[in-house]
Amino acid sequence: MALTQTELRTLEQMAWQVRRDIIDVTVWAGGAHIGSGLSMVDILVTLYFHILNVDPANPDKPDRDRMVVSKGHGGVGYAPVLARKGYFDFETLKTFNQFNSPFGMHLDGRKVRGVDVSTGSLGHGLSMALGLALGARLRNESWYTYCLLGDGECNEGSVWEAAMAAAHFKVTNLVTIVDRNRLMIDGGTEEVMGVEPFADKWKAFGFITKEIDGHDFNQICQAVTEAHAEERAPVLIIANTKKGSGVDYMEDNVKWHYGSMDSTLADQARASVDKRFNRVN
Amino acid sequence: MAEEVTGTTWTVYDANSMTQAEIYGHVLCELGEENPDIVGLSADLAKSTKIGLFGDRFPERFFNVGIAEQNMFGVAAGLAKAGLLPFVSTMAAFTSMRACEQVRTDICYQNLDCKIIATHGGISFGTAGSTHNATEDLAIMRAMPNMTVIVPADGIETANAVRACVDHPGPVYIRVGRGFEPTYYETEDYGFEIGKAVELSPGTDITIIACGVTVLQAAEAARVLKAEDGLSVRVLNLHTIKPLDEAAILRAVTETRRIITFEDHSVIGGLGTAVADVIAASGKGCAFEKVGIPDEFSLVGYPEDLYAHYKLDTNGIIDRVRAVMGKDFEEDENWDDEV
Repeated sequence: MALTQTELRTLEQMAWQVRRDIIDVTVWAGGAHIGSGLSMVDILVTLYFHILNVDPANPDKPDRDRMVVSKGHGGVGYAPVLARKGYFDFETLKTFNQFNSPFGMHLDGRKVRGVDVSTGSLGHGLSMALGLALGARLRNESWYTYCLLGDGECNEGSVWEAAMAAAHFKVTNLVTIVDRNRLMIDGGTEEVMGVEPFADKWKAFGFITKEIDGHDFNQICQAVTEAHAEERAPVLIIANTKKGSGVDYMEDNVKWHYGSMDSTLADQARASVDKRFNRVN
Repeated sequence: MAEEVTGTTWTVYDANSMTQAEIYGHVLCELGEENPDIVGLSADLAKSTKIGLFGDRFPERFFNVGIAEQNMFGVAAGLAKAGLLPFVSTMAAFTSMRACEQVRTDICYQNLDCKIIATHGGISFGTAGSTHNATEDLAIMRAMPNMTVIVPADGIETANAVRACVDHPGPVYIRVGRGFEPTYYETEDYGFEIGKAVELSPGTDITIIACGVTVLQAAEAARVLKAEDGLSVRVLNLHTIKPLDEAAILRAVTETRRIITFEDHSVIGGLGTAVADVIAASGKGCAFEKVGIPDEFSLVGYPEDLYAHYKLDTNGIIDRVRAVMGKDFEEDENWDDEV
């Protein structure tokens, strides 16, 4: 079902807020995976503010949906989403990366409220998400597991071990989304280690694939809704995104996988985010 | 015969007729009857590791993920996160090295209740060669925060350890052998407790600290040394490598002044190293030797031949104990000049 205008506005507003937050956190942290964080904002915002059955007041409620951010270096993008959802006070992110902070660049589920699974080392998340999904099925529980992969992450062999098993076990209570921003640390995905033909690879492993614009809230929402209804095989959503999305000088720029900003760059980034979303404060 | 064994008490008869792994498989089935949250995972070694017995009994609670150990430990972490109690089994080499990072980051970092039963530990699968041996696994597992590391002496102690690990919080690594390692214990009723060494014989001249397959050999050696050399040999079965029973080691330092360790593992990082750390930190001198696989990849061969070669059988233990007894060592009871 398409989003209503109000729902769409809410998501747009939240995505703008989170992009502003990411800039703040990157400054506070002294540097962060800002490009990777920005590319997945619209996906996470759609999930957390429209799809996931979660309750920040009761983060461990047994029937909640589970979220596995397998591209754990996106912590700078994930933490503000959790803060805005209400898991913790946004101001606490001022400690990001500081001595004994609960927040490091890869979020630790034992320290950060709302994080179901600790990630960071790439190629681990889909296996853990598969275990969660198998667990829900075994216990006859109706919650879903969502897994957000990076595209460069799909170089890891363990991703394909998990993919093979998810299809073999016909797991359909798992929704896997790839943030296809086409960049990794050393260059473009197709230069460094090509993943194409990407959809065909997932299909060959037994997945039903969908390809969407990962910055289009309606498309994200529709693809996830369709994935819920699918009972034949696990679904893989390739969400085409721009690394650094929202900040003009970072978009599609490999230099901004990880970076730090002085006040001038930060102001430029804020202006770009505001202009793009037409919500100048 | 193994199929006919039922009930919850394991005896020397069962242990002599079944491998450690077979007993594990049967105990896990019993536990599975009591606890519906227990699930089993294997990576195409359901038969070799005997977790297949659980899979036959509870097919819906058993996941064979194929030859994909990294995925298996990640899936186990997810199942634990979903509230289940995973028992995961593959060979010790693949647990500790192929899937090392998943065990460390997915399971230990998140401090999950995953119970790992690693088979073919040490050189117990000696004919397979070093690809399938695991003489590094205890060093690797000990270094992981939150991990408990247990090396049962035989099938009966395996039964005890598998039962005990269910209520022991956090990840547990239980390392067993491959085949029909002879059994030491005659019944399960000897006071097994995770983290507590078991004194098999009292002694005042020297302490032998053993784990796993060397426990029986050490006990035999102690009997021979008493009869032939008149030595009073204390034998400790230090089945839990982590957390370590430091008090038992410190008692050995002060009461016997000579300690020798035997393990089916590299001399680097395992039982001997753990014991050495405690001795060194005590500030008290002690004649000491650690015996295991030297810093090399093991020769190929049947385990009994290899254990003889590496001085881990009864004769080898006797040799090494005599050597340590012959070491020049200050017998002074006054510690003040040594601190």
